[in-house]
Amino acid sequence: MSVDDLFNYEDNWVTAMGAWYPGEKVIFRNHDLFNELNEISWMELMLYGITGRRFNQQQIELFNRMWVLCTSYPDPRIWNNRIAALAGTVRSTCSLAIGAATAISEATIYGRRPDIRAIDFLQKTQTKLENGEDLDDLVVAEIKKYRGIAGYGRPIINADERIAPITNEMEKLGFKDGTYIKLAFSVEKSLQKTPWPLAMNVGAVLAALAADQGLTPKQHYQFMTLCFSAGMFPCYIDALNNPEGSFFPLRCERIQYEGKPKRKWQSTK
Amino acid sequence: MTKKVENIPTKIWQDNPSPDNPFVTETSICHGYDVYGDLLENASFIDYLFLLFMGEAPTQAQKNLLESLAVALANPGPRDHSVRAAMNGGAGGSSNAACLIAALGVGAGNLGGGHEVSIAMKIWQICGCDISKWEESLVNPPEDDREDVWNLIEHAPGFDPNAQSCSKPVLQTLEYLKQFDVGTALNWLSENRIFLESITDSSLAMSGVAAAAIHDLGLNDDQGEMLYLLLRLPGATVHAVERRQYGWRQYPFFGDKLKFKDK
Repeated sequence: MSVDDLFNYEDNWVTAMGAWYPGEKVIFRNHDLFNELNEISWMELMLYGITGRRFNQQQIELFNRMWVLCTSYPDPRIWNNRIAALAGTVRSTCSLAIGAATAISEATIYGRRPDIRAIDFLQKTQTKLENGEDLDDLVVAEIKKYRGIAGYGRPIINADERIAPITNEMEKLGFKDGTYIKLAFSVEKSLQKTPWPLAMNVGAVLAALAADQGLTPKQHYQFMTLCFSAGMFPCYIDALNNPEGSFFPLRCERIQYEGKPKRKWQSTK
Repeated sequence: MTKKVENIPTKIWQDNPSPDNPFVTETSICHGYDVYGDLLENASFIDYLFLLFMGEAPTQAQKNLLESLAVALANPGPRDHSVRAAMNGGAGGSSNAACLIAALGVGAGNLGGGHEVSIAMKIWQICGCDISKWEESLVNPPEDDREDVWNLIEHAPGFDPNAQSCSKPVLQTLEYLKQFDVGTALNWLSENRIFLESITDSSLAMSGVAAAAIHDLGLNDDQGEMLYLLLRLPGATVHAVERRQYGWRQYPFFGDKLKFKDK
């Protein structure tokens, strides 16, 4: 930006996203929060905030099921949840616990990076298929280029127990025939023909369902940002309810030193 | 059958237990040095910081460079985005940790933040002091072509897209740091700054100087990003604490400066 642009922005933020009129009203995007959005669910409000779109009740229920069934395990062994538990065991605050654990959920082997890459892969692959390319070739090319496909394979265990429950709900709600959900299962079949027979994980299913509802990769990533939070609170509370420092304490010898042998500092201050 | 104990392997740290309690440390060793029996008395904070990152004691020149870089970065000032984030915490009475988390979250970004330094350091790794490679990398920064949690950087990494001439503090820092002659990056950057600014249509930023200095110190891009985030926290800290003392009334709210525009 030029200096003139900076002058124009100084003390001047123009927005269509919303505003608070103190003592009077709140506009949320183009709607009056208290009069036009007063009966919608929090999930619908959040999705409206992210996309600017109003989804129907079937879709909102689908997004709700996606979060409920697939994202919030109250298990403090899982890396992000463990942060909530560590915060609890040292008596830090709930907001710091959940904030830090949420930030950590933007991980590479799980969480937000696979989310955004899974939907990106599915959407790009669908475009290439519509241009006449072959799915088996695309799958092999992706795995060779990136040494994996987001949404397929899983740390700790290959199978994913969340797929059956979410596909049951998806079928009940009428979303089983979407273009991207079919593609997600086709990719898994294709992978079984390769030397890397990775099973689909729920990340691909959620990405496909989001893509079928018209979310972009960035919107899916933003929608998923808070999804793990319901499982974090129990981890924090549990550690808080146990003695200080009792959450998986480590004795000294658990630190396995592999560094330089003992030596004396030569420099002076 | 005994269950396998899960340990944490590390080349950095060793905790030797007290005789009466295996959960209490008797001596801590960092890269071979006794932290409380040797470093505490004989090493400076900058010595120790360098040792933590690099595993070896710094040379005098490395020590001088890191110390001066730390001074240059310590307080970006209350107009800086990361410091403003911390001050928002102070003004509203948030926890001190939250102020620092805010400073880190905002100070992590592509514009003057930690991620920009990481990308700039990748350019140093790829291009070294080859000007033709720099011309290519500044236009097409080394980023993953897949969608990512990070947005693609919108300007030449290490350069300020909103400044048409290099600021005096940036120039002063570059000229001062290069005199230590640690590595070749800072000197090369100083010699080629004007050309690089001309091809990027922007001016060298403090993030660009920091990336060169950290590259000269021998850190990799992950270490460099972390060091940059760390070294900028003192300013965020003191401004947040001061803002708490002044209170929210003496901090801009931009009351009538936001204009809602119906779509």
